Amino acid sequence: MTLDTETNIQQPDEFYQALIDAHAGLTDEQSAALNARLVLLLANQIGDLNTLRQAIAAARALI
Amino acid sequence: MHVPPVYPYVPPRELRSNGIARTQVAIVGAGPVGLACAIDLAQHGIDFIIIDDNNTVSAGSRAICWAKRTLEILDRLGCGDAVCARGVSWKVGKVFFRDKLAYQFDLLPEPSHKRPAFVNLQQYLLEEIMVERLRELDHIVRWKNKAIGLQQRGDGARLEVETPDGRYAIEAEYVIAADGARSAVRDILGLAWKGQVFRDRFLIADVSMQGDFPTERWFWFDPPFHSGGSALLHKQADDIWRIDLQLGWECDPDEEKKPEHVIDRIRAMLGPDRAFELEWVSVYTFQCARLERFVHGRVIFVGDAAHQVSPFGARGGNSGIQDADNLCWKLARIVRDESPASLVQTYDDERVEAADENILNSSRSTDFITPKSGASRMMRDAVLALSQQHPFARLLVNSGRLSTPTAHCAKALSTRDRDSFECALGPGAPAADAPVRVAGRTMSLLDRLGGRFDLVVFDTNDGKAGALQSEFGSDLRVACIAPAGKQGKDVLEDIEGLARHRYDADAGAVYLLRPDHHVAARWRAPSVADVRSALKCAQGMQ
Repeated sequence: MTLDTETNIQQPDEFYQALIDAHAGLTDEQSAALNARLVLLLANQIGDLNTLRQAIAAARALI
Repeated sequence: MHVPPVYPYVPPRELRSNGIARTQVAIVGAGPVGLACAIDLAQHGIDFIIIDDNNTVSAGSRAICWAKRTLEILDRLGCGDAVCARGVSWKVGKVFFRDKLAYQFDLLPEPSHKRPAFVNLQQYLLEEIMVERLRELDHIVRWKNKAIGLQQRGDGARLEVETPDGRYAIEAEYVIAADGARSAVRDILGLAWKGQVFRDRFLIADVSMQGDFPTERWFWFDPPFHSGGSALLHKQADDIWRIDLQLGWECDPDEEKKPEHVIDRIRAMLGPDRAFELEWVSVYTFQCARLERFVHGRVIFVGDAAHQVSPFGARGGNSGIQDADNLCWKLARIVRDESPASLVQTYDDERVEAADENILNSSRSTDFITPKSGASRMMRDAVLALSQQHPFARLLVNSGRLSTPTAHCAKALSTRDRDSFECALGPGAPAADAPVRVAGRTMSLLDRLGGRFDLVVFDTNDGKAGALQSEFGSDLRVACIAPAGKQGKDVLEDIEGLARHRYDADAGAVYLLRPDHHVAARWRAPSVADVRSALKCAQGMQ
């Protein structure tokens, strides 16, 4: 599998709001913990190691 | 309270004669790995001398978990029954995060294997059993004999030895350095140790108590009784429990070792009402490191002298015994001039590969148990939090990946598969066990194999097994596996059909096994020439 970075999220604004809402009222540390759990849950959904490595590299490339 | 044996020091006779002992193999260090080498060489009929600078067994439990593969090797060395009778077998591990059970695993053994996944036995008791086994074979350890110098020669090595009564030398064709993490032989040769030291300290204690804790491995991350750290509780023989507590890098080890502090910490862990006695305590740091090569001229490093890992996968003691298993048949062939000296190079290649596998696994466990950054800790805690409800996260929890044997894939001694097999027993892998019946008696297949080259021939009616046996004579021992009910001279009845299943073998299939049980070659229907060529290859003669 190849990392797909073309549009795939069906309702982008709804997704983004849900993501931000999930952080409402959290401290920075709680938010970081939430993000970490989210990464793990989504990574499991993807499953394929090669795709996950590409995603990690794409995120890291912006630093 | 365990009372360590005191083995007699006998002044070496060489002190009175010319001061030189000559032998084929000298072994430095009588821990489990050195003793395994000694027993194996004794069984091969090789002349050796084993020395140790102490006169007793190890202090404290140290290595405690012996994996199935190691138990099979100990069976071959004649120690397996004693170890399993004395030890505690277990298969369930529980992992707790804070005050809750995160998940549990069951190292469910495949049925009809002689040995369980793990037996716990403190290292000092294993050593006592091995010293006794060596005595049965009419060998003793030269206690209180300390290696203080070593010179390499073209055809051997000369070891300088110090005893309470003076010095002498051992001249040997080969020296096995089995003298542990602080190897004197390694220091004498000035060899570099490459790897990573972990900036963390652990308190390790043996506690004697009549506990109703089950015989399981319990591991805690950040428990209420030891906030921020990790803890391990594991049962050993004689109602001794092993406790490991992570202390962190900043602690003062001398302060932490004081019994009053240790007792406070253990009481917090076990609860205020539990009566216990402290048997042994130590504070340690560990490293994941190895020598670049394990063979240096005529000196061969085994066990902790060659490589070190963190303790969380039980990979130190197990890999050391597996080093001995890999080395000794090769050394025996070399000193008997049956194989070229280059065969020892395959020990180096195969066991460096195994050490790297162990170091990789153990470093990953350590990174999980001791996160190196805030982000690493955040991710670790996220895994643990998710693991209580979400099965996928349990596989990410790493409290130690427990020792499994290394398959020496595609290495010099293996013949590549020509035929296809639907099982994991490819060239390099350790052979699988199965129950067989021989002359009406049920036994383990592996107990019939090992110590020499074996040819396992499946179910032939055409006298193929007999023909192969006469073809190869004493070079090979042929075992014929036949379906249940079919009896005959030297026939192993596959009473549950499991040998056939585990080896994915139909009639005519043949496996060539090395003296250490590892598969050298396999075929669906080999010719005599196939077998001869694979045997030569496995003997290092090609």
